Amino acid sequence: MAVGKEIKTKITSVKSTQKITRAMEMVAASKMRKTQERVLAARPYAKKMGQVIRHLAQANSEYKHPYLSERKNERVGVILISSDRGLCGGLNSNLFRKFVAQLKQWHEADTEIVMASIGSKGEGFLGRLGGNVVGSVTHLGETPALEDLIGIVKTMLDLYDEGKIDRFYIAHNDYVNTMTQKPQVVQVLPVYTEELEEQLTHHWDYIYEPDAKEVLDQLLTRYIESLVYQGVLENNACEQAARMVAMKSASDNAGELIDELQLVYNKARQASITQELSEIVAGAAAV
Amino acid sequence: MSMTIHVDIVSAEEEIYSGLAEMVFAPGILGELGIAPRHAPLVSQLKAGEVRVKTDKEELDFFISGGILEVQPHLVTVLSDTAIRAADLDEAKALEAKKRAEEALADKASDIDYAKAQAELAEAAAQLNAISRLRKLR
Repeated sequence: MAVGKEIKTKITSVKSTQKITRAMEMVAASKMRKTQERVLAARPYAKKMGQVIRHLAQANSEYKHPYLSERKNERVGVILISSDRGLCGGLNSNLFRKFVAQLKQWHEADTEIVMASIGSKGEGFLGRLGGNVVGSVTHLGETPALEDLIGIVKTMLDLYDEGKIDRFYIAHNDYVNTMTQKPQVVQVLPVYTEELEEQLTHHWDYIYEPDAKEVLDQLLTRYIESLVYQGVLENNACEQAARMVAMKSASDNAGELIDELQLVYNKARQASITQELSEIVAGAAAV
Repeated sequence: MSMTIHVDIVSAEEEIYSGLAEMVFAPGILGELGIAPRHAPLVSQLKAGEVRVKTDKEELDFFISGGILEVQPHLVTVLSDTAIRAADLDEAKALEAKKRAEEALADKASDIDYAKAQAELAEAAAQLNAISRLRKLR
């Protein structure tokens, strides 16, 4: 039957789109679970490291590390952590909006800004944004290795050591739950030590091997790296969650669309049958 | 019961071991370290090698590629590196990240174009709004 051929084709095409979005939804759901586990697996390291640094801050060290002391804030460095792929709802653009608002604030306070990006979307955005971009890493995949982040973190730490930036931030999405991802810009350097300095009850110090400076250097570098790494993992979990939700609503919408089209198709079919019948009846009456 | 000390071995990517031990051996940068309970507080860099944990039943081996060891009288923490680290290797990685940025942003402007960025973001926001409105209408 020729009736509604276009509608039938349309239904088929929407159906195949729905198949794709549904598959993506399920893939994202299973990946989300894995990324969440990875976030949890990385937590003990950061926690332990926080403890050691707290111990060190309490210990009566003769060496004060530059990463632990505030200085005048004239230049900031910031790493923008984003996803590599799209189709994850407003995840990246929400983060970018927050990021630009923060940049504007710094700009108004006459602060120089140095930027770097992790993830293709962020790289593209910084490219269009302009400004001083010093580093970029992309395609970390679903199992990002800390190793891939060493370079970009070192770039920022070197700038800090040379006094070219006074503060170091990371911008990423924080995983609240499946429905909520919160974009945020957090300070990494100098390490926030306010809560560390409360309980100085007894004075003691570690034995350092080889010496305080080298151990602290290594420890703090690792600490910063692990903070950035955590940011990447969190953002990864957010990406999968956001994609799952976006694909779910896409599948639902496709379902609705198919229902509507089916209705239109049925109506057209019925109309054509009615017409045919009345033509036959009219023909018979004429004979 | 003999005296024990709590041991945590963690890397940035996962927790490797957590439990009690009678003695811990670690490859310190100045030489092999043996840590018994009530050791004096110590922080040391570790080089690549084996961390051995002696519990009351068995002896466990963990290979690490470097890291940091912290010792409190009743607590040993090994913060293991996940990658092989060396100053020049790190430097090469930093240069790589830099190069990548330069390549990707060959034609970028030197000043931040706030107006353009905001226009772009406003467009994205408008799209999202439109989608959610469409969804409500239906």
